[in-house]
Amino acid sequence: MSRTVKQFRHAALALGVTALLAGCAGPNPRDPYEGYNRAMFNFNDKVDEYALKPVATGYKNITPSFVQTGVGNFFGNLGDAWTAVNQFLQGKAEDGMTDVTRFALNSTLGILGLFDIASEAGLPKHKEDFGQTLGTWGVNSGPYLVLPLLGPSTVRDTVALPVDITGDIWRYKDPTWIRNTGTVLRVVDTRARLLDASSLLEDAALDRYEFLRDGYLQRRESQIHPDADYAPRKVEKDDTAETSAPVSSEPAAKELNSGTPAAKPDSQ
Amino acid sequence: MNFIKQFIALATVSLAFNAAHAADEAPDALVKRISSDVLNTAKNDKAIQAGDTKKVIDLVETKILPYVDFQRMTSLAAGRFWRDASPDQQKALTEQFRQLLVFTYSGALSQVKDQTVEFKPLRADPTDTDVEVRSQVNQSGGEPIPLNYRVAKGPQGWKIYDINVLGAWLVETYKGTFASEISKGGIDGLIKALTEKNKKLAAKPLNTAAPKK
Repeated sequence: MSRTVKQFRHAALALGVTALLAGCAGPNPRDPYEGYNRAMFNFNDKVDEYALKPVATGYKNITPSFVQTGVGNFFGNLGDAWTAVNQFLQGKAEDGMTDVTRFALNSTLGILGLFDIASEAGLPKHKEDFGQTLGTWGVNSGPYLVLPLLGPSTVRDTVALPVDITGDIWRYKDPTWIRNTGTVLRVVDTRARLLDASSLLEDAALDRYEFLRDGYLQRRESQIHPDADYAPRKVEKDDTAETSAPVSSEPAAKELNSGTPAAKPDSQ
Repeated sequence: MNFIKQFIALATVSLAFNAAHAADEAPDALVKRISSDVLNTAKNDKAIQAGDTKKVIDLVETKILPYVDFQRMTSLAAGRFWRDASPDQQKALTEQFRQLLVFTYSGALSQVKDQTVEFKPLRADPTDTDVEVRSQVNQSGGEPIPLNYRVAKGPQGWKIYDINVLGAWLVETYKGTFASEISKGGIDGLIKALTEKNKKLAAKPLNTAAPKK
C-alpha cells in the first residue's frame, strides 16, 4: 500500500521536474508549461479515445441504470468521508457535520452507501479535497498542470494529491483483487458519467485544451472562494463601458442588433 | 372575418402586454420563468428527448434568444480586440458566436432528464441594473451543479449576458480562445474558425451520446 504512495510521490516529483524542463513561456501567465501540458493532454486524450471512452460507453449502454446509480453512490459515499475531513480542516463545521451525517446514514440505512438516502432527506452532497483545503488556507494554485491519466490540475493540487490518495478509504480495502477491480469500476463509472459532458465540450470548444484549462482554473477558484466572483466583474464592467457603450450608439451596431434575434422583443 | 380580426387585435394586445410586463419583471423572476418554461418543454417533448435537432434549436431560438444580449457577450469575450474590429467584423463575429452557443446549448438541453432547478434568493438592490441570478441544478447521484446568470437592464428590459456553469463563466472561458485565435489570424481568423466549427456542428446530429433505455 505504501508502495503506491511512494510511486505517486515519485511520479509527482518526476512530473514537476519534467514540467520545469519543458517549461516554455506560453502566452498565458497561468500556464507557463503549456508545451508540456499540451503534450500530456494529447496523450491522455489518446488513452481516452482508444481505451477508457469505449469501455465507459459500453458500460453505460449495457449495465442497468440502477447498477450504475449504485456504483456511483457507493464510491460517492466513501468520498463523503474524506470530504467531511476536509470541511473540518477548512473550518466549515456545519458542512462537515452534514457530510458526517450523510456518511453515517448512507453507510447504514443506505446499505453500504448503495442508496443515497441522505440526499433525498435533504442533506446535499458536497465535494472537498485537500487541494481545496490548501487553497482555503491561502496557498496559491500555482501554474496549470495536466497530469498523466488524471488530467487537469495545478501545482498546488498535485502536491495535495498524495494526501487525497491517503484519505481515500477504498485503497485500504483487502484483498487486493477486490480493491483493484473496484478501482477499475470506479474509473469506468466516473468516465461514463462524463460522456455527455465531454461530447458537449467537443461541441463548444474551438481549442479543447484552452477551453478546458480556462474553465477548470475558474471552477477550482470558485470551489475555494464561492462568493468571490464579484471582484473580477468590476473590471469587466469598466471594459463594457468603454467598449460596447459607444459602439451601440453607432448606426452600424443598431443594424447589427436588428439582424440578430436578440432584438426580438421589439417586434412583439 | 370579424372574429379573426378581433382575434388578431386581441393577440397583438396581449403580446404587447407581455412585452411590457417583461420589462418590469424582476431579473430573477425573468430567468426563473424562462428556465422553467424551457426545461418543462424539453422534458415533456418526445421529439426533443429523442434528439430532434431542429426542434431543440427552435426551442432555444424562440424561448431563450430574445432574452440574451449576444452583442455584449461577444464584445466582452473579444475584450480589447472588439474596438479594433470593423462594424462588419463585429456583426459577423456576433452571429457566428451566437450560432455556436445555440448549438452548444441545444446539445445540453437535449440531455436534460430528471434534473430540477432551484433558484437562490437574489442579493441585489431594487435599483441595481446589473445583477447576478444564482441557481443550481439538482441531479440524482451527484452534487448540485451551480448555474448562475449575469443579467443587465437595458432599453429592451433585462437581458442575460453571461452564464456560469460549474463555477466557470462562459465569457471568461471563451476569452482565452478568442485572444489566441486573434493572435494567430486576426479577427477574420477567429470569424473563420467559428464559421468552420459551426458548419461541422450543423452537419452532425445533436445528442451523439444519446441515452438508451
